Amino acid sequence: MADTVAPVTRPVPAPHSAREPARAARTPGSLVLRGVAMVYVGLLVLLPVAVILYRTFQPGLNVFFAALDSPEALHAFQMTGIVALSAVVINTVFGVAVAVLLARYRFWGRRLLSAFVDLPVSVSPIVVGLALVLVFGPTGWLGPFVEHHGVTMIGAKPGMIVATVFVSLPLVVRALVPVLEQSGMEQEQAAASLGASAVTRLRRITLPTIRAALTYGVVLSLARCIGEYGAVLVVSNNIEGQTETAPLRVGNLVENELNYNAAYAITFVLIIVAFAAILLSAWIRRRRRS
Amino acid sequence: MGIQVHGIGKRFGDFVALENIDLSMRTGALTALLGPSGGGKSTLLRIIAGLEKPDTGTVEIDGADATRLAPRHRNVGFVFQHYAAFTHLSVYRNVAFGLEIRKRPRAEIRKRVNELLELVHLEQFADRLPAQLSGGQRQRMALARALAVEPKVLLLDEPFGALDAKVRKELRDWLRRLHDEVHVTTVFVTHDQEEALEVSDEIVVINDGRVEQVGKPDELYDRPANPFVMSFLGPVTTLDGQLVRPHDIEVFTDPVGDAVPAKVTRLQRIGFEVRAELGDTGGWAQLTRGQSEALNLAEGANVWVRPAPGTTRIPAPRQPT
Ligand SMILES: Nc1ncnc2c1ncn2[C@@H]1O[C@H](COP(=O)(O)OP(=O)(O)OP(=O)(O)O)[C@@H](O)[C@H]1O
Ligand SMILES: [Mg+2]
Repeated sequence: MADTVAPVTRPVPAPHSAREPARAARTPGSLVLRGVAMVYVGLLVLLPVAVILYRTFQPGLNVFFAALDSPEALHAFQMTGIVALSAVVINTVFGVAVAVLLARYRFWGRRLLSAFVDLPVSVSPIVVGLALVLVFGPTGWLGPFVEHHGVTMIGAKPGMIVATVFVSLPLVVRALVPVLEQSGMEQEQAAASLGASAVTRLRRITLPTIRAALTYGVVLSLARCIGEYGAVLVVSNNIEGQTETAPLRVGNLVENELNYNAAYAITFVLIIVAFAAILLSAWIRRRRRS
Repeated sequence: MGIQVHGIGKRFGDFVALENIDLSMRTGALTALLGPSGGGKSTLLRIIAGLEKPDTGTVEIDGADATRLAPRHRNVGFVFQHYAAFTHLSVYRNVAFGLEIRKRPRAEIRKRVNELLELVHLEQFADRLPAQLSGGQRQRMALARALAVEPKVLLLDEPFGALDAKVRKELRDWLRRLHDEVHVTTVFVTHDQEEALEVSDEIVVINDGRVEQVGKPDELYDRPANPFVMSFLGPVTTLDGQLVRPHDIEVFTDPVGDAVPAKVTRLQRIGFEVRAELGDTGGWAQLTRGQSEALNLAEGANVWVRPAPGTTRIPAPRQPT
């Protein structure tokens, strides 16, 4: 890029980049830390994944594909797809709106909103689900009201999507707020004084500024949406062939049907998707830094 | 015409940032808002631009009431101390921004942007990102960006504050020349009195949310309204109950007319100037090296001093004792 313009004197970066190299891990302390990290990764991550891999493919590929090809499994994946994608779309729109609100405006109740967004991170997803049931269930505060307008929340997709949004929205908001705060308001104010409307400012200044962070947050939230179990379990009523998502299907296969082979097959697919999402987000993060 | 400000007041909580400001800035003039840090200069400038809402008062731009107008309808160019460059856009796109959102024809945009880039000497940097420019270059880009939409007024908030002394001086001369070419009504904020005296047609001294004095640079320098203005425009000292400028003090080795006796308690040379501390009077005099040598000054010497006839002096504020 730089060679298309007239050369100017710019400091040439030293061959070894300015980033301080990690200390060589040779001291006894660092060896202990490395050991702990390896035991942690080995016992809690690699071993279970290896077991699942082994159990997935041990009965043979036929069994694996048959398990995925069953109508219940296909329906569960479809359900997960619909719920996760809807939730991610909502997360993107609301995430940007809430983050801009938190980072750019000072208003009464701002701290409350901030705490509220974070709440699902610290509270068990089951509690989130129960809260939704209390509000939108047939006997809840707003249940009859939304029912009257033709929307069934509990035991149906709308409730599952709302529950999923609840638990995954913080991932988007928390990815955006620091970037917005760091970039400050001056670019937007400059755009305003140049004649840009609010929509133009959002589209031409704010969104490009947060693009990388938004992509990162959305990918993370997608992974979370696909894997959500607790909140969806409570809200969906867990009805096979109707509101059963892939993670619920795994649970049901293990607990009710004792069909471990099918459970491992679905789990394997979920792991692959989550892994892809994490790799993607790591790649985005790396690109953003450079 | 120009900018009229009437009865502007602004509080942040209990803190009074601006109190009943009345000002009028002439069309085509380069006006400096000068004052110490925290005095309210930026707040006033941001109110004129519409980036801040006043609690009381009105703002008129070119004869039209703008008090309730959104920033984007005010047609002002604003230049921020820290450039506020659009970091994801090239220099060219930064400058073109205002024209692009006005949906001007491409050819016209290209012509105007290239003219402006030439004006601010950034033609060869058009394709760079702001991060690849120096601070001074970034600020010139911000200036070109603000000028692109042909604003009625140009507002600059300490445009050179983040730059080193040498670049600052270059840019300030350049701003003056630019203004002589473009002739847009310009208000710029500074807390550097030299910058204000050197560049502006008119200076507004603001302190503690109030206007201390308004006038041409020479008027302010020769007839400061109060001790604050006088001491803000350069070093002052007290002599015989009066505030005077140290370089306006005449030093004699023999008693002369109304001169008062003093003893040189300290003699300090700084480059071409010599500072003589006059112990018993509490003041000091600034002389050239030549003057000091001609008088044969030395520490401990007895001298007679007085303000040179016809120079600026005002009663000194009562010192807390
Ligand atoms: N958004 C704000 N909230 C609270 N106080 C503010 C705000 N903006 C400015 N102030 C206060 O108002 C006073 C005037 O601020 P202002 O930025 O106008 O000063 P200034 O003259 O531009 O100073 P400087 O030369 O340091 O930029 C300051 O005491 C500042 O703390
Ligand atoms: Mg300021």
